[in-house]
Amino acid sequence: MVDPRTSVIVERMKDVKKVIAVSSGKGGVGKSLVASTLALVMAQKGYKVGLFDLDFTSPSTHVILGVGDVRPIEQKGIIPPKVHGLKYMSIIYYSGDLAVPLRGADVSNALIELLAITKWGSLDCLILDMPPGIGDVTLDLVRLMKRIEFLIVTTSSQLAFETVKKLIDLLESLKIPVIGLVENMKMDNSETIQRSTEKMGLKFLAAIPYDSKVEESMGKTRELLRTTVSKKIESMLSKI
Amino acid sequence: MAEAIVNSVMEIAEKEGIEKVTLVQIRVGELQQVEKDILRFALSQLRTSRLKKAKFEIRTEKAKLECRACGHTWLFSKNNLGGNASEAIHFVPDIAHTYIRCPKCGSPDFEILVGRGVLLQSVRGVK
Repeated sequence: MVDPRTSVIVERMKDVKKVIAVSSGKGGVGKSLVASTLALVMAQKGYKVGLFDLDFTSPSTHVILGVGDVRPIEQKGIIPPKVHGLKYMSIIYYSGDLAVPLRGADVSNALIELLAITKWGSLDCLILDMPPGIGDVTLDLVRLMKRIEFLIVTTSSQLAFETVKKLIDLLESLKIPVIGLVENMKMDNSETIQRSTEKMGLKFLAAIPYDSKVEESMGKTRELLRTTVSKKIESMLSKI
Repeated sequence: MAEAIVNSVMEIAEKEGIEKVTLVQIRVGELQQVEKDILRFALSQLRTSRLKKAKFEIRTEKAKLECRACGHTWLFSKNNLGGNASEAIHFVPDIAHTYIRCPKCGSPDFEILVGRGVLLQSVRGVK
């Protein structure tokens, strides 16, 4: 028995120049915010960008971007709609506001299905908002995607950084490129995370201070683009 | 889907040195809700010279679900679903966990025992 879906994934991605997985060892560090803002900033700069929310059980990028009543077009596959200048794909097109209670094998199957049917067309960059941790999605993507690079997000918390180190270890052992690390929701002037990152031989991409205005900008992309988060992400573009 | 099947058939034929493919057996899970005639037509549109004479044999497999909470097993029926749910499951069969509950205990924690996805059962031909 052969599952034919995996054979078409490479074909679907052939005109995508760069794939960035925004990932972390822990949840709640701001991966979705970094992924969404990065996608928005790049789209504003004129890049052809796609954003794919792969956190199937807890998707949130649609809330950050204020994705309205849009649907993919079915045309020998699925063409993601354009939202705020970027091609946007999420399981919410199929689940709506309902819960998506999936076990690991189901997550894996849903991922392969969506990768096989989604037609991204020509993109400068596809940004993947990853679920937390080193689970099925990370392992499947590493197996199925020829070119994938990871951008790691942590907070200043030692707990978050410890889990991030494990993720980086795994990626390095698999020879998967790590673009660098973003320290999010920084609340003091400590350089501990930056020093530890550079000690591991990785690029420290940005320190994003905690910004209380971010919460007010949920669903309002113009306001989001005016936040410190957005400015910091814009300033790290040259390092990606 | 047809594109994925043809890609896989070509890969298998190449690997096994099959010059002319004569028979492709495909098993389609009921959960995918694919019309056999539409799939057959799509496949015929993608025929390569190696697949010119190939017969596509498509079999639909009933979807059987088993509740992990109470052990009850039951057969999938799209008749109990709304149009949106049915369409969602067609595109992403695993989203069934969002719309289907165990008829005995109401749990969404069930396993799709058989009847999801599309599988290539065999590729035969002349070497």
